[in-house]
Amino acid sequence: MNTWLLIVTLLVLSTIGYQMGRRRALSLVDHPKQLNSLPGYYGSWILMWGLLPAILVLGLWTASESAIIDKLVVADLPTEVRQLAPERQNLFLNDAKNLASGNIVSSEVDATLESAADHITSLKRTSATARTLLALLLCIGGVALGYFLISDRLRAMHRVEATAKVILGIGSTIAIFTTVGIVLSLLFEAIRFFRMVPVTEFLFGLEWSPQTALRADQVGSSGSFGAVPLFTGTMLISAIAMVVAVPIGLLSAIYMSEYASPRLRTVAKPMLEILAGIPTVVYGFFAALTVAPVIRSWGQGLGLDVASESALAAGGVMGIMIIPFVSSISDDVISAVPQGLREASIGLGATQSETIRRVIFPAALPGIVGGILLAVSRAIGETMIVVMAAGLAANLTANPLQAVTTVTTQIVTLLIGDQEFDSAKTLAAFALGLVLFLVTLVLNVIALHVVRKYREQYE
Amino acid sequence: MSSSVSSSASALLTRDAVASRLKSRYRAENRFRFACASALVVGGLFLAVLFTSIISQGYTAFTQHFVGLEVYFDPDVIDPAGNRDREVLASANYNAIVRDSMKRQFPDVTGRTETRKLTGLVSNSAPYELQSLVETNPAIIGTTETVWVPASDDIDMLLKGKISRGGAEETRRVSDNEIAWIDTLEKSGLVDRRFNKRFFTAGDSREPELAGIWGAVVGSAYTMLVCLALSFPLGIAAAIYLEEFAPKNRLTDLIEVNINNLAAVPSIVYGLLGLAVFLNFFTMPRSAPLVGGIVLSLMTLPRIIIPARAAMQSIPPSIEEAAYGLGASPMQVMFHHILPLSLPGILTGTIIGMAQALGETAPLLMIGMVAFIVDVPASIFDPATVLPVQVYLWADSTELAFVEKNSAAIMVLLAFLIVMNLAAVIIRRKTERKW
Repeated sequence: MNTWLLIVTLLVLSTIGYQMGRRRALSLVDHPKQLNSLPGYYGSWILMWGLLPAILVLGLWTASESAIIDKLVVADLPTEVRQLAPERQNLFLNDAKNLASGNIVSSEVDATLESAADHITSLKRTSATARTLLALLLCIGGVALGYFLISDRLRAMHRVEATAKVILGIGSTIAIFTTVGIVLSLLFEAIRFFRMVPVTEFLFGLEWSPQTALRADQVGSSGSFGAVPLFTGTMLISAIAMVVAVPIGLLSAIYMSEYASPRLRTVAKPMLEILAGIPTVVYGFFAALTVAPVIRSWGQGLGLDVASESALAAGGVMGIMIIPFVSSISDDVISAVPQGLREASIGLGATQSETIRRVIFPAALPGIVGGILLAVSRAIGETMIVVMAAGLAANLTANPLQAVTTVTTQIVTLLIGDQEFDSAKTLAAFALGLVLFLVTLVLNVIALHVVRKYREQYE
Repeated sequence: MSSSVSSSASALLTRDAVASRLKSRYRAENRFRFACASALVVGGLFLAVLFTSIISQGYTAFTQHFVGLEVYFDPDVIDPAGNRDREVLASANYNAIVRDSMKRQFPDVTGRTETRKLTGLVSNSAPYELQSLVETNPAIIGTTETVWVPASDDIDMLLKGKISRGGAEETRRVSDNEIAWIDTLEKSGLVDRRFNKRFFTAGDSREPELAGIWGAVVGSAYTMLVCLALSFPLGIAAAIYLEEFAPKNRLTDLIEVNINNLAAVPSIVYGLLGLAVFLNFFTMPRSAPLVGGIVLSLMTLPRIIIPARAAMQSIPPSIEEAAYGLGASPMQVMFHHILPLSLPGILTGTIIGMAQALGETAPLLMIGMVAFIVDVPASIFDPATVLPVQVYLWADSTELAFVEKNSAAIMVLLAFLIVMNLAAVIIRRKTERKW
């Protein structure tokens, strides 16, 4: 049975169970008030019994199905196939799967492959039938068990709510699983990479050219993995972005919170929010197609040599993207400065700008610094703008007119196209990802700490 | 006595000093105020430039030039035997028919290269359109009809004025002859500018005049559906648990710190997670909206949980206490009172989170949604691409016509985002209540 159909069937069966539970509970007593819980809870009690075990088993079955079928098929293969190297054996298995599902097969179809494909088909059919039967059986059995367990003394509400609480709790642990998943997957592949390339070479090497040679006699593709040019490139572009974003973001936040009339505020704030809502791929397109040529022609007008993928174009546009980020955090922080400080300063005869510069700004500084740190972490992790507008050549330079490459650009270029999880080239992306994750994590933790500490100061 | 004189004298001095500095202080005030205001103006200017540049490049893509061909459906070419066999009709040489009809318009064009250029005025989809005409209505064979087919992308660009007619011939993509031909056609009323329906109904193509965004729109829809189906219930479950039921202990502290940090993890890291865990470990299909949706839902979860909790916190405790006082159980308090009251806030947060997910590109590149896919996906397991990735793919292309198409695709993407954000704003405005 089709998975969706199966799920709908389970839902229908359990809903019937719900009604049965209500009726059963009401039939046990003369008056609903004699029941321990409201009648609906007895229905939910059956719903729970009918649905949870069936769904759980269904999920586990679907998740482990292909792995188990693989194991069974491999165990049944003729010995000459089983003695092949693991990659070859995988290739054979893939071919058999493709043959079974009617796709194109990469090698000749012979009797062994044919029989393996038949085996896969029959196992799949058995598995599907068994899965359907098991799920239906569990559902019906669960409903029956729940029905049987209902009595007027059953504390249905208590049990149902306890279960619901557990389900909600499991929902909240997804965040932990995500983090663990990120850390483990990055760490696992990065360690494999560091077995091929020493950590010190990766972190302190000055040359980055990840193309490993296909043949030993190829020229110029030695494959060196020194990531320093990527780190400096990332820092250069982020620095340019911050030079654009911090003054504009901060000053416009000051204007909006201290000078602007409420009417101007209702126009200006959404305007900056629109900047924040534009997808980064649009900024990338804008940077590569509009900004970079303009900067290049200006540079040529001044007699400067500007690369067509200059760091200035990518960094400048990234700065525009980050403006709303800086301004909204600064706005929050400035608004949180107690009104008493402002009034005291004005009362002593200070002008508004003196109040802002000498009183409000120092008071808000920790919060603003925290916000800027968050913005830096955002700039470092930004991908699409640099992929589309920054270069691929790993130049070790601080000249904003030249092309530099960044960590995120390299991750994307290494992983688009063919991936071989046994080559240093593919695994290098995960090592870069690990560095990126750790750096942004540290920045975020510091920033959140600073912001929180500052908030406590005035509460 | 003397001291009071000296103090009043010093007060006088101070007042003079203050008065003399006052002007420069006011100037400083004005300078500062001007600087702040211009920062805001610069921000607005960036926004204006961005929108103008995209709209001015892209609005022309919504129309397209068509060339009218006087086609003689020559029975000798299409079906020499005359038995209307489907296979014969499908494999006939429709290129020759297109070529012949062009040559009838310009009888003095000779030579292979020139003829090829002449047929190149129309899109190379023209033969297929003739074929489908013949297959749906074989009675057309032997008649002469005017068939409108899309102009090729360079001609379209020329007619829209995006390729200049001036300058040396070698530096242009369109030769003098081609310009002369198309001008002749235009004079005889055989060139028409029509609404570009194909842009909204077709999948991707290597030919700009045939490429459309429908495949990417459907891919985006499937991906968002998966993302919403996972992140909305899970996000609400997590928010409810953390807000109402979680005991204050190490584990829940850890969860909270985790959620705050996940919200700030660069999106590309989620792509790496998806590649390593879902594709390699669980061997899910590459390029499928299913995996894209799962990855985006992990990314969106914290962005739903955080505003959902804020919405629940803003419900006054008196409502909760009143419900408890009337004998409601914790779940009843939650599901009958707090959740319905905070639902507008939760929905606003969800819509904004989904809008961010809709514009997200980087993680989807990692899980192979960048493949060149012509077909419109039929399910969440089919290979697909999404709108922002389509923008990325077209941006890589060197064809001039793709710049126009891409700007139009961006306009469509932005339109979706604006609608979503407006919906969020409207929900917020309509349901805002002061307790």
